[in-house]
Amino acid sequence: LKTLCVASPLTLRIVAECPVTKARACDLILPHSAVSTPVFMPVGTQGTLKGITVDQLDGLGCQICLGNTYHLGMRPGPDLIEKANGLHGFMNWKKNLLTDSGGFQMVSLVELSEVNEEGVKFKSPYDGKEILLSPEKSISIQNSLGSDIMMQLDDVVSSTVTGPRVEEAMHRSIRWLDRCIAANKNPDKQNLFAIIQGGLNADLRKACLDEMTQRNVPGFAIGGLSGGEEKDDFWRMVTLSTDHLPREKPRYLMGVGYAVDLVVCVALGCDMFDCVFPTRTARFGSALVPWGSLQVKHKQYAKDFQPIDPDCPCPTCKRHSRAYLHALFKSDTSAMHHITIHNIAYQLTLMRSVRQSIVDGRFPEFIRSFMKQMFPSPDQYPSWAVDALASVNVTLE
Amino acid sequence: MAGSRIKLELSRVVQGESRLGVLKGLGRTGQHCLEVPGCLLYSHLGTVPHLTQDTLHTLKNIPAVTQVTLSSVAEHQEVLQEFKGGFKKFAGLHDTVVYCSLHDPAALCPPGYTTNKTVSVWGSGGRIELTVAKFMAIQKTIQPDWYQSMADGETWQSNTSRKRLRKSVDRTLAHLDECLTIHQNSQDLQGVEVFGVVEGGDILEERARSARETAKRPVAGFCLDGFQTGSMDQTLRTQLIKAIAKELPEDKPRLLQGVGRPDEVLACVEAGVDLFEGFFPFQVTERGCALSFSFDISLDPERAVLELNDDETCRAGEGQPNGEVTDGDQTQMTSFEINLKDKRYHDDFRPLVEGCGCYCCVNHQRAYLHHLLVTNELLAGVLLMIHNTAHYIGFFSTLREALANDKLDLLKRR
Repeated sequence: LKTLCVASPLTLRIVAECPVTKARACDLILPHSAVSTPVFMPVGTQGTLKGITVDQLDGLGCQICLGNTYHLGMRPGPDLIEKANGLHGFMNWKKNLLTDSGGFQMVSLVELSEVNEEGVKFKSPYDGKEILLSPEKSISIQNSLGSDIMMQLDDVVSSTVTGPRVEEAMHRSIRWLDRCIAANKNPDKQNLFAIIQGGLNADLRKACLDEMTQRNVPGFAIGGLSGGEEKDDFWRMVTLSTDHLPREKPRYLMGVGYAVDLVVCVALGCDMFDCVFPTRTARFGSALVPWGSLQVKHKQYAKDFQPIDPDCPCPTCKRHSRAYLHALFKSDTSAMHHITIHNIAYQLTLMRSVRQSIVDGRFPEFIRSFMKQMFPSPDQYPSWAVDALASVNVTLE
Repeated sequence: MAGSRIKLELSRVVQGESRLGVLKGLGRTGQHCLEVPGCLLYSHLGTVPHLTQDTLHTLKNIPAVTQVTLSSVAEHQEVLQEFKGGFKKFAGLHDTVVYCSLHDPAALCPPGYTTNKTVSVWGSGGRIELTVAKFMAIQKTIQPDWYQSMADGETWQSNTSRKRLRKSVDRTLAHLDECLTIHQNSQDLQGVEVFGVVEGGDILEERARSARETAKRPVAGFCLDGFQTGSMDQTLRTQLIKAIAKELPEDKPRLLQGVGRPDEVLACVEAGVDLFEGFFPFQVTERGCALSFSFDISLDPERAVLELNDDETCRAGEGQPNGEVTDGDQTQMTSFEINLKDKRYHDDFRPLVEGCGCYCCVNHQRAYLHHLLVTNELLAGVLLMIHNTAHYIGFFSTLREALANDKLDLLKRR
């Protein structure tokens, strides 16, 4: 690998393609390590995966995780992280990192002053000062963080918004993409991904796809979804996007992390996913299992002496029972860590199984048995998932 | 009761008081041992705070005995009853000795709830009142390797009357006798050891009486109660412990409750204490601090003085304000630690303690810990707990080495 002269710091090797659906299994070669796709990327917002050491994360088989440009750009700031040898050095994570642009937080977290062509102006929650996050500034911070994959700054609009604002945001995102590409100081070490926008409007999305795919970027994200819109609209936009994205570049569906969504969207042609849900819900005592989830803090588990999932090989399930974890939640924060570890293991194991089934040529069977395990009966299958899978030739019972 | 399997083998007794040795025969099969002076592994319901097995086992020389408290376990009595396998199995603890104490040394109880026949512990759901019968019933479901007998230790506040102190000694002896009777008649507690508890507050005669009387009972060792940090100054504590030690058999261990500060540990070892509860690293962790005091006695004395003048260690009292107000001395930052929330560590890329081989010091820097604390990240607690525990274990190891080689003075100067 090292003898290959690669123009871009990303290589996608397609290992298998599902003959029935649009799913692919790939090896994504990034500067710090190879990543097997489809992949779920845990989110370590502030340069740490809540309560888990990098060794534990590595031990679970994680090859890439997320850091957050907005949070880290505020505290401790890009200069300090640069001094620490980038985010890899600062948190001592030896595999890959993906940073988002800070765009989503601008909308979801802070008091927005104004969005204009320049960038997003907002008030810092720490000292009230006005800050401008421009495409250039976002890329500059991400260059300091040194992530393997950086996201463009996009003009983020909630998926439930309709009207001219959506179109404006889509066009602006294209212009901001060009500014981000121009601002990237490290194109030989850091991959800049574009983010397809256009809301739930097929025409706008198509227009965005046509434009952005003309840019020479190593990968594409599908953005502007997973924000509370109807699932029926959601999957249609996902499949429209993958229909028009180049085969030989990775497709990253942002903000998707529920098991059913992951499996369906792999079938629709997506390779990479991220979501705070599995790790966040863990801290509330919710453990993810093939048949849904277990609320460990609930009284019914006080005397349940089985592990969370008897078939799960994670460190938590190998040693502890639901009853012990239930009791531990009353005594110590480590209870959260046990569930976090289990949930990450669940997500990574799921994706590993998905990948293997694609490689083995039995992904449709995998989907069917996955759905059977997840739902008590076929009439409980979510209709959007049934439709989406049917669109890629998979019929469920 | 058949002769206790726990045996204290002393290899040295320095100046008639400080003891060095090994506590053997621990655990049901008697194969565990603990070097003394030593500390127990502090836990919440069997888990070292913040840590899972993976993070815990990055530590070397973990104490062989885990302390579990009734304040965390008592509310789960029904669950343990139904489980039937004992606490160790319930908690997934495979290779450790479990010692069950009454109270959590890091959480002082509100006074005023002790009666002639009962003591109270506070679980997550509130106060649980214990008679000896209930106390022993819980011990049967826990099946520890050893436990302290039920005791009235509500005397740690200064100005407790002589009358009240006398009562605490009498009650504690009565509880001990009742515990032992139930213990000896219980199949479930076969092979489990009992420690008697010495009370008496700050009155020398009561302390001596309590010690003398407790020593008459068939116990495997002695807990010294009512000496918690903040309850009295070290001079008095030393005096009282020495007086107690005179009344106790040499070949049974003495466990001092509620004292964990390194300087107090040192002084109490000199007074004749063998075992300490290991809660101090947890307290340091909770205030966002890292133990940093040097205990290297292999340095030559001149360099040692120079290092002491290094402004590395913050002065006590510089600590961050703490949410808990009631615990007084216990939560105040000491001179043995650095406060990582301090701005000065913002760009300090050194490990917490140079030369410390713990997972935190090998993998991370002060600047990162500072960031984790400022952003309220859970990982801060994990990493600090690892380091603070490693540092504390190292301190005890050096303490034993100093005793073995007559270097205790050097250690005191650090």
